[in-house]
Amino acid sequence: MLSSVIVFPGSNCDRDMAVALEKFGFKNSMVWHNDTELPKTDLIVLPGGFSYGDYLRCGCIGSKSKIIEKVIEFANKGGLVLGICNGFQILVEAGLLPGTLLRNKYLRFICKDVYLKIKNNSNTFYSKFKKDIIKLHIAHNEGNYFVKNDELKKLQDKNQIAFEYCDINGEVSESSNPNGSINNIAGVFNDNQNVLGMMPHPERMIDKYLSGNDGSLFFNNIKHKLSI
Amino acid sequence: MSISKEVVEKHGLTQIEFQKICELLKRAPNLLELGVFSAMWNEHCSYKSSKIHLKNLPTKGKVVVQGPGENAGVIDVGDNQAIVFKVESHNHPSFIEPYQGAATGVGGIMRDVFTMGARPIANLNSIHFGSPDHSKTKNLLNGVVQGIGGYGNCVGIPTVGGETHFDESYNGNILVNAMTVGLANKDKIFYSKASGIGKSVIYVGSKTGRDGIHGASMASAKFDNKAEEKKPTVQVGDPFTEKLLLEACLELMQDDSIISIQDMGAAGLTSSSVEMAAKGKLGIELNLEKVPCRELNMTPYEMMLSESQERMLIILNSGKESKAKKLFEKWNLDFAIIGKTTNTKNLTLKFNNKKVGEIPIDLLSNKAPLYNRKWSKTKLPKKNSKSKNLNKIKILDSLKRIISHPNICSKEWVWKQYDHTVMGDTIQKPGSDSGVVRIHKTNKGIASTIDTSADYCSAHPLTGGKQVVCESWRNLISVGAKPLAITNCLNFGNPEKQKNMGEFVECVNGIAEASKYLDYPVVSGNVSFYNETNEKSIKPTPAIGGVGLIKNIDKMITMNFKKKNSDIYVIGRTNGHLDQSIFAREILGEKKGPPPEINLFNEKNNGTTLLELIDKNLILSAHDISSGGLLIAIAEMCIKGKIGALIKKPKTLINPIEYFFSEDQSRYIVEINNDNVENITNILNKNSVFFEKIGNTQENNLFIQDELDLSIDEIEKLNNSWFRKYIN
Repeated sequence: MLSSVIVFPGSNCDRDMAVALEKFGFKNSMVWHNDTELPKTDLIVLPGGFSYGDYLRCGCIGSKSKIIEKVIEFANKGGLVLGICNGFQILVEAGLLPGTLLRNKYLRFICKDVYLKIKNNSNTFYSKFKKDIIKLHIAHNEGNYFVKNDELKKLQDKNQIAFEYCDINGEVSESSNPNGSINNIAGVFNDNQNVLGMMPHPERMIDKYLSGNDGSLFFNNIKHKLSI
Repeated sequence: MSISKEVVEKHGLTQIEFQKICELLKRAPNLLELGVFSAMWNEHCSYKSSKIHLKNLPTKGKVVVQGPGENAGVIDVGDNQAIVFKVESHNHPSFIEPYQGAATGVGGIMRDVFTMGARPIANLNSIHFGSPDHSKTKNLLNGVVQGIGGYGNCVGIPTVGGETHFDESYNGNILVNAMTVGLANKDKIFYSKASGIGKSVIYVGSKTGRDGIHGASMASAKFDNKAEEKKPTVQVGDPFTEKLLLEACLELMQDDSIISIQDMGAAGLTSSSVEMAAKGKLGIELNLEKVPCRELNMTPYEMMLSESQERMLIILNSGKESKAKKLFEKWNLDFAIIGKTTNTKNLTLKFNNKKVGEIPIDLLSNKAPLYNRKWSKTKLPKKNSKSKNLNKIKILDSLKRIISHPNICSKEWVWKQYDHTVMGDTIQKPGSDSGVVRIHKTNKGIASTIDTSADYCSAHPLTGGKQVVCESWRNLISVGAKPLAITNCLNFGNPEKQKNMGEFVECVNGIAEASKYLDYPVVSGNVSFYNETNEKSIKPTPAIGGVGLIKNIDKMITMNFKKKNSDIYVIGRTNGHLDQSIFAREILGEKKGPPPEINLFNEKNNGTTLLELIDKNLILSAHDISSGGLLIAIAEMCIKGKIGALIKKPKTLINPIEYFFSEDQSRYIVEINNDNVENITNILNKNSVFFEKIGNTQENNLFIQDELDLSIDEIEKLNNSWFRKYIN
């Protein structure tokens, strides 16, 4: 199984993501944003960080990188693309995912554990999950997901909502919404469900020494899916 | 142009110092040269008031690879791994412009660490603000916290620990101390000492602008009501460029291209070039028209004194220039060959082939003035009489007030704004006794903590200096780490005043005594004087940054109570010393009296014995008793573990209030399995460590017969609501 992590100037979760992918059996390549060709790969990951300092608008300049054309091509052919945090912002800016990510509701950077309710259990990324609530970590300043009402309805109708922020019991409410995202949305799919963008960081929860291990479920599942 | 008295004064130099410059040069300096002298001779860069006292600090030890004098200290943690760390102040700029001041403080200290070839793996900070009621405090708190987060989060280094304090003595001078811990290969440390003649001097990083000119001089002066007019001396940070610079430098360090490297911190191009040449006993020639500039028509004076951030000076081995250039271009960073090393032992400044200044390096470094300033001793205050009737005071009320006090309450509001999990190795988060990061891909952990005790230092500097070292040592022991070495950031008032100078001297002596006894040497540090506004100075506030090693992270200890029905023990003796405690100040309204006494023998004995117990897997959880006393420590363990405790009143003669709220030193609370009691008491007795059982863990409530029955939820609410209420 081959994975590729795209490295932008200012990416800072690229190493963490590579470590996670390798731990779960991927042979990973780091791909420089200025490259014009992708290596042979089964999965592309756009990691978290502050590509181009998040100047102008988060993910905006990153989405104009040379390699992004190839990522779009890969996605349009049905290839699996995952964007975490800043990677999610880049995917949105690149037009691969609907909506936009605004400044957090309380205008502060938030770093904490959150519970996520799994909304869609029939996709490549995590169809094998036994749990329907998982704990992951968020660390962002612009994670306040927004789409217009008609688009939101489309997301709901087409089952494109991946996760919602919830409490430990799975209750989705304003008090479990850390950043003001519309309908507590923490991650979304594209139409074909081969592109996933999410604010939480599964790569920070991959062993017992860290604050949780639910990220392992995530990577194990992608691996399982890809090896079938 | 001749130099007038006013010009000399504006450069922060005295007339006597100016005379000395003229004598040393055997002529009057021109304005550029005067600027260079002022940058090197100010307090911040020259340590002219502190140097003779800093010599008392123990700086050697088995683990020390590099002590003070380099960009950061280096210690050996085994397996060819070295930890590189340092703390630095950014007090003056943060008061003038809190966001940028704090942000560039974080940026500067990270550069000090990666300059030495280490990848930063943890950031910490110690921040002090004025009284919460003071009109500036809220804005400063917001700005500083967002600035620290804005910078560290973007570069992608976890902020794993720190402290936030409020006290009216900081109303006119806040403190922002930032610490970075980095990891390097022990055999691949980079130093600033230049060597070789005719080697290229390379400028990399951001362009030079007109920001931060005279920043170091500003940081060496006291404030008055016009402090805000100094805003242009504050630098503006760009963490994105820092991240690129970090990656580019570490990439270039993979081979043997670099002879020496130094970041352009305080006093920018001046101090970096002078320090490199001084250490190598060489000369250096700079062609200033080659310096990449952000603005048009910058003068040599501005270039030499700018403190624009995210810049490095590198001396390259011959023939490595084109490879290095390519690498920095890949990272979109400026790269320019701006000069060369020479055998003249002079700093030679040229602009468009014209010599614009020349100063022997020696005059800027070794010949800088040194002062043995007058200082006065602080007598140990008399014990405050026990006239207060403690019996009327309720334990319940006191607990409620202290646990929600801004200096004791949970600082989650602060550290939730810092990314503390990036890099995927944070195994003990902020809010613990120490932050712990795993050394990547190993089973080893690096624990770090930063501590201050301004109230103790203010009451009796010598004891306070000792105490803060012990506090740091205890915080490391509490997570199961062996304390290795410290860095210090010495924040004081005006050294020209005997009282303030005395506070400095005695705190340093206290730090020296404790660190020597505990074999906990000082490997790096920084002095910040002139924390004074309108003649009112801060409390003496030395900050100690401690680093320890956990050889096997399976043995790491956390403070949260783990289960019901375990035994709770106190290690160390409780004597009931209330003077200078939070209780005395907040409940009794009493500020007099001596700080709690430090007994270094007990400190070491209790600490090493606890480490022995931890190593034998006999401890479930541990927490040191510090500010607030015994009951606060237990409450904190309850909150973290969401488990209650049944606590017994003391059988000794001590009044329960003194027992529960005194701040006697060298104590820890530990949770142990009842099965292990015999084993543990044997070890404690063998080592002659005083201990007593004070209760058991239980479900839900913190309970003391006839005094207290509070649910953990309620205590947590009290502990966790101050910041939110204050900010909103």
